[in-house]
Amino acid sequence: MSRTAAAHRRRAAVAVAGLALTAAAAGCADDETTLTVLAAASLREPMEQLAADLEAEHDGVEVRLSFAGSSELASQVLQGAPADVLVTADEPTMARVADAGLADGAPELVATNRMTIATPPGNPSEVESVDDLGEDHGGDLDLVVCAPQVPCGAAAQRVAETAGVTLAPVSEESKVTDVVAKVAAGEADAGIVYVTDTAGRDDLDAVEIPDRLNTTTAYPAAALTGSAHPELAREMTDLVVADGAGEGRGRLAAAGFEAP
Amino acid sequence: MSRVPAWAYLPAALGALLVTLPVLGLVAAIDLGSLPTLLTSPAALDALWLSLRTSTAATVLSLLLGVPLALCLARVPRLDSTLLRTLVLLPLVLPPVVAGLALLTLLGRRGLLGSQLDALGVDIAFSTAAVVIAQTFVAMPFLVVSLEGALRAVGDRHEGVAATLGASPGVVLRRVTLPLVRPALVSGTVLTFARALGEFGATLTFAGSLQGTTRTLPLEIYLQRETDPDAAVALSVLLVVVAVVVIVLARPWQVRR
Repeated sequence: MSRTAAAHRRRAAVAVAGLALTAAAAGCADDETTLTVLAAASLREPMEQLAADLEAEHDGVEVRLSFAGSSELASQVLQGAPADVLVTADEPTMARVADAGLADGAPELVATNRMTIATPPGNPSEVESVDDLGEDHGGDLDLVVCAPQVPCGAAAQRVAETAGVTLAPVSEESKVTDVVAKVAAGEADAGIVYVTDTAGRDDLDAVEIPDRLNTTTAYPAAALTGSAHPELAREMTDLVVADGAGEGRGRLAAAGFEAP
Repeated sequence: MSRVPAWAYLPAALGALLVTLPVLGLVAAIDLGSLPTLLTSPAALDALWLSLRTSTAATVLSLLLGVPLALCLARVPRLDSTLLRTLVLLPLVLPPVVAGLALLTLLGRRGLLGSQLDALGVDIAFSTAAVVIAQTFVAMPFLVVSLEGALRAVGDRHEGVAATLGASPGVVLRRVTLPLVRPALVSGTVLTFARALGEFGATLTFAGSLQGTTRTLPLEIYLQRETDPDAAVALSVLLVVVAVVVIVLARPWQVRR
């Protein structure tokens, strides 16, 4: 062992120790309260506004948002992921969490939504109705929907059944935002998404699905039993209520959601 | 007499545990009673069959294109540039979603090439071909990097001797070069197949997810997680078994030098 090698080793050891200290310091709790909110991908914009609302009202509170397909979020909660609030895009998905005893009190419906047909701008494939999405009409129309296992896919399935149409999608996605992305990029000619997904977007057109064929989806919100800040978590679920009833902020109504 | 310093044993053990324990946990989580049902569901069989077909196609395509590419990078002085090598090996380090987006910008229906193909009536998007392209894009660099390294390591002395004895370049390649680098060729091929088999992000972004057409085993696992965690675990173990079989199959050739 030469002297320079020994010096190298000492320096390396000091560096490693320094790194370990820095990491430990970074892991220390700060005096910020962090609220983790898991929400269905379709709620992104209004939830971001609501998070800002809550942060503005409470000093030292930081809201962390995680958006994904409802089923995935429910799976995360069931697997013990640390979270304070969960908002899903349908009741069966929330029921999985509530049945496992992980919801603090009964989940509360905060909004409803409807389905629509999204197309690229100008509707190049001239989709006019749900009938045009069926396999007998399919031809070379690339339809993308959510997989039946996730809320937006179950809703698309209900619409198709009511219309007596068998859908022939080229892809079944795990969350509605992936359907939206493929239609907006022009990769797909049509997609069945929530009304709110197409609202105010210039890279998407919407073909309305008439009421007699349409289906209503409901969004339940719940504070979670594992929360370290139960009051704050409940306050957040109250804020979400679509039309601003009670403690609600009306952020979801502004984004096109309807009152429960 | 061990040449390893004593302090190395502890981190080595920790490292070994880190890479083996999660897989063992997966095996421990199997619900044995329902395993046959879960593994033989039509969706699972479709996904497995599709995965094996696409990964094999991607591996063959990687060999056809990747071996000449590695040869050129290693043996053509004019092509011996860091820039070129970096570009060719880039997919190794690209996040899968980025790889998918990159493929879309080129081959998507509005992509540079895709729009031309679309006009000709060739539609790659959402097809099994899109899966194979995505897998080849991310997996071929594995073959190129291991083969090119081996070609440089063995040097070109034997090839020079063969050439002076009158062998044509084709004969030299077949009789001298490739036999010399066979271990690397085999391990590179195995790595390529394994990487193609595990491809997820680029496939989802570029090819979509449809049973029997584009929903490979990793995509099926991702979807099953949404509703049936047991099925997801069972399919994951199936993927692990396939991966192990591939590695074991490749071993005899690696040992025989």
